[in-house]
Amino acid sequence: MSRLRVVAAMSGGVDSAVAAARMLDAGHEVVGVHLALSQNASRLRESARGCCTIEDAGDARRVADRLGIPFYVWDLADRFRRDVMDDFVAEYAAGRTPNPCLRCNEKIKFSALLDKAIALGFDAVATGHYAQIVEGPAGRELHRAVDTAKDQSYVLGVLTADQLARAFFPLGDTTKPQIRAEAAERGFSIARKPDSHDICFIPDGDTRGYLARRIGEAEGELVDASTGEVVGRHAGSYGFTVGQRRGLGLDRSGLDGEPRYVVGVEAADNRVLIGTADLLGVTEITGDQVRWCGPPPEGTVSVGAQIRAHGEEIPASAYLDTSAVGSAQGELRVSLARQVRGVAPGQSVVLYEGTRVVGSATIRETARRLVAE
Amino acid sequence: MPADLRVYLDHAATTPMVPAAVEALIGALSPAGNSSSLHASGRRSKALLEDAREGLAAAVGAHPSEVVFTSGGTEADNLAIAGTYAARTREEPAARGIVTSSIEHHAVLEPTEALVAAGAHVIHAVADTDGIISADSIADALEVLRTRSVRPALVSVMWANNEIGTIQPVAAIADLAQENGAQVHSDAVQAVGRVPLSFRDSGLHLLSLSGHKLGGPMGVGALIVARDAVIEPVVHGGGHERGLRSGTVPVPLAAALAAAVSHAVSVRKEESSRLVALRDRLIEGLLGLDLDLTVGGAWTPGSAHDRLPGNVHIIVPGCDADSLLFLLDAAGIEASTGSACQAGVPGRSHVLDAIGVSTDQPVGAVRLTLGHTSTGDDVERAISAVRECVPRARAAAGVLA
Repeated sequence: MSRLRVVAAMSGGVDSAVAAARMLDAGHEVVGVHLALSQNASRLRESARGCCTIEDAGDARRVADRLGIPFYVWDLADRFRRDVMDDFVAEYAAGRTPNPCLRCNEKIKFSALLDKAIALGFDAVATGHYAQIVEGPAGRELHRAVDTAKDQSYVLGVLTADQLARAFFPLGDTTKPQIRAEAAERGFSIARKPDSHDICFIPDGDTRGYLARRIGEAEGELVDASTGEVVGRHAGSYGFTVGQRRGLGLDRSGLDGEPRYVVGVEAADNRVLIGTADLLGVTEITGDQVRWCGPPPEGTVSVGAQIRAHGEEIPASAYLDTSAVGSAQGELRVSLARQVRGVAPGQSVVLYEGTRVVGSATIRETARRLVAE
Repeated sequence: MPADLRVYLDHAATTPMVPAAVEALIGALSPAGNSSSLHASGRRSKALLEDAREGLAAAVGAHPSEVVFTSGGTEADNLAIAGTYAARTREEPAARGIVTSSIEHHAVLEPTEALVAAGAHVIHAVADTDGIISADSIADALEVLRTRSVRPALVSVMWANNEIGTIQPVAAIADLAQENGAQVHSDAVQAVGRVPLSFRDSGLHLLSLSGHKLGGPMGVGALIVARDAVIEPVVHGGGHERGLRSGTVPVPLAAALAAAVSHAVSVRKEESSRLVALRDRLIEGLLGLDLDLTVGGAWTPGSAHDRLPGNVHIIVPGCDADSLLFLLDAAGIEASTGSACQAGVPGRSHVLDAIGVSTDQPVGAVRLTLGHTSTGDDVERAISAVRECVPRARAAAGVLA
């Protein structure tokens, strides 16, 4: 491979540090870039959570020093606020359940960052995501990581072929424990830094509290989906996600003793529908914002469908309905081979063929086949 | 890129130490002795310190007893502001007014702001679009205090701006401040060794200077304190430095600072002419690129009266400063915006805001500051790098719009 000019996105964590080092080892010209995404970048947080504190920027800088590569901080906070944080709030307000990490990859890391890098003369962006890029007959393919527990191909399923062509994921062929060991061998001080798990802009993990501050509280009804009976009150439908069981504030599960779940969120009426587990099963998914990681498939294809990060893959058939009104890219229709519980609009469905990511869509509607399985 | 191929044009941030300062520093590092001790070693150390004090005083037109060594310009500014405010309000409780300017360094803005909680009224005199604070503007600020029945404790206006290099009418401002019964301070960190300057003739009570901006080491500076200044210490302890700045003075740093100031002042005239010529060539070269660039702040070709000899500040509409600085760095040109960075990101410049540069659209600003190592070749390389980098930085701003 020829020597490329590569931006290594460096969060200050272990993975992106090793990714940068590997790009350098591969002979590329590497520049480390930490993205300042927080509106208040100077705030120090105590833990290693989040992705944009001064401490994290400092950790990334020290790795770059050790690698002997130039290092810069690029301020993409305005774009992050608009494309990820505001989108996150708007999606919840509309009764959907977004995945902000996926949106960040789509809009920030492989759009704003990549576009800026290319405009400044770079060829590609490398990140510490666990996923593999394979040179296939029809171009670059995105595949699951070797470490299935860490696999992040789901949150990269929004990338188009053009974006993939400019991306490097140097960690996809290695397991996380090996990456930590490698970081230690390379003398990185952050080799034992804990992984980040939470949404980076909600460092305390209290999503409902964050949404309440952004949207404001609005009391509404909890309604039994089968009977239409009002069974309780809530402080805002955005605080609920299909499949959620805890935090419903019901004093009892129901006369039958069966557990109750959120089975629907009707944001327009600020209503949350409650029901038993059997109402949660979904087999049919309609998605929009369709993305293909390579050439779009023709006709109906047999795939594996994954509904959430680190969720299981379910056998399915999928086809692109290009006749759908009002959708330039068409609508994706996915039929799952068996029922899956807790599929919320707003989540992404990512399609796989073997380990290869075929494409993705944002779930708009779900339904259940009436025919017995 | 090897360091010797890079073009360093950030002398206003820090400038390499001059040989005389390195020599003075090294020579004073090894001998033992605390300058407060009474034995022979102590006396030797004390003698070195007083030599430094006298050398520095002579170079800036002050009396040796007026030199208070500090850890740098920021500490000098803090002592000047907090120390004067405390002493003046103790003397006269109504003297709670502080007049400063909208284009001061953060080392002045922040300590004045911190005094608001203690009851200070801080008025920021307005700069004109050339980046000059006129005496009239100070008079207006004093008038605001008068309408609030607040007496002015201190007027603090920088001698030369760190970002756009504009030189302020300090003598006129000092006269006005004195007439109004205020103490008057000037942050002269960018000015000492670069413009003609005599503390004695300035009318100032207080003047701050910093070592590493003029060829001395980092970690040392001084506040020149007139003998009749009304000021009290901020840091308390063993009563060093006229009781105004306790703590053992780092004699080697003080010696190196004095050597650097003496050197800078002794070569100032020739160096100023040399730098003005380089500065003008650089500005004219950049403006001639036909890239819609403008100069930030006053600039009179051939003159060092309104702008520092080594300061070039260029406003580049339609691009982000960080993209431009990145591209220049990659091309081997070391420049800056001149405004404070927050977590590695250039912050919005209060100086550009103050002189009315519109920041609704992305406006890149790049400060190229020349110093004692700068050559004509540096200038030519900077011009050709800017020619290459600006269109690319603008393209990058386009994709992020």
